[in-house]
Amino acid sequence: MDLASAKMIGAGIAMIALGGVGIGMGTIFGNLVSSVARNPASRDSVFGLAILGFALTEAVALYALVIAFIILFV
Amino acid sequence: MSAEGSSSIDALGQFKLTTALGPIGASVNFTQANLMMIVASVLTLGLLWLGMRPRAMVPGRFQAAAELAYETIMKMCVDGIGHEGKKFFPIVFTLFFFILFGNLLGVFPYFFTFNSHIAITLSLSLFVFVLVTVVALREHGLHFFSYFLPKGIPGVLAPLMVAIELISYLSRIISLSVRLFANMMAGHVMLEVFASFIVMLGGIGLLGYFPAGLSLVVNTGLIGFELLVASLQAYVFAVLTCIYLHDAVHLH
Repeated sequence: MDLASAKMIGAGIAMIALGGVGIGMGTIFGNLVSSVARNPASRDSVFGLAILGFALTEAVALYALVIAFIILFV
Repeated sequence: MSAEGSSSIDALGQFKLTTALGPIGASVNFTQANLMMIVASVLTLGLLWLGMRPRAMVPGRFQAAAELAYETIMKMCVDGIGHEGKKFFPIVFTLFFFILFGNLLGVFPYFFTFNSHIAITLSLSLFVFVLVTVVALREHGLHFFSYFLPKGIPGVLAPLMVAIELISYLSRIISLSVRLFANMMAGHVMLEVFASFIVMLGGIGLLGYFPAGLSLVVNTGLIGFELLVASLQAYVFAVLTCIYLHDAVHLH
């Protein structure tokens, strides 16, 4: 296997991290929906926390993306 | 910016620094990133100046915006840090609006996102890290180092816990800077890739017009998404600064 194709495969493998990110996002927003359904008055305070969790989870996906870019372009 | 119908996508070319302001800028290495930082600061100051000038009892549009900005950040500080948070309001406000305007300016065509360079986000997060450590040392003196050894840990586990806490404390620098940098870079790379699809698919003739139009629709949606990400990342940076300052003031 030459280096260029190994790099392509490696960048693809780095994207496996997105599986975990998908699970995390589903957990966050699923729990947001169920907690707002149980107690609609808590919507404002819970929504900020959910957005914070969303941003922290999304960052993991972007770490994987940065690693893929480093493999491909650097 | 565009791929000009070529077969390869130059996704990272848009982040290249060039000098701004003609020969004067070139002689002192004044890049367009520096220019955008000045524009962001001037816009923030301008918004606040316009908003604070009328001092009306019933606020107009600009005054309402300025008051909303003040109240949001003040609430973030007091909720996040505690009643000592009022002391740290100016720094959190400055960080939030510098990052917010930097991110939002990048969405406009021909503008440059300075937060897509890790050198800039790393210096911002190093600044926050040093600030947090100095505040903690000033509040608690040498007692601050008990932060790295949570109470009630059995003696056998203590060295391991200290190592883990130390690593997690130091990794704040990296996570804070890479989060902002990666979000802004990834968003702009995505815009660039879909914009290149439009050009490349439009170039292959009648068959490509439909997918090219589809890419245009996706790109339009992505710009809206970028607006969301821009404000969200500024918010997250400010909130995390508050959380770190809370740790520094209260030690867990």
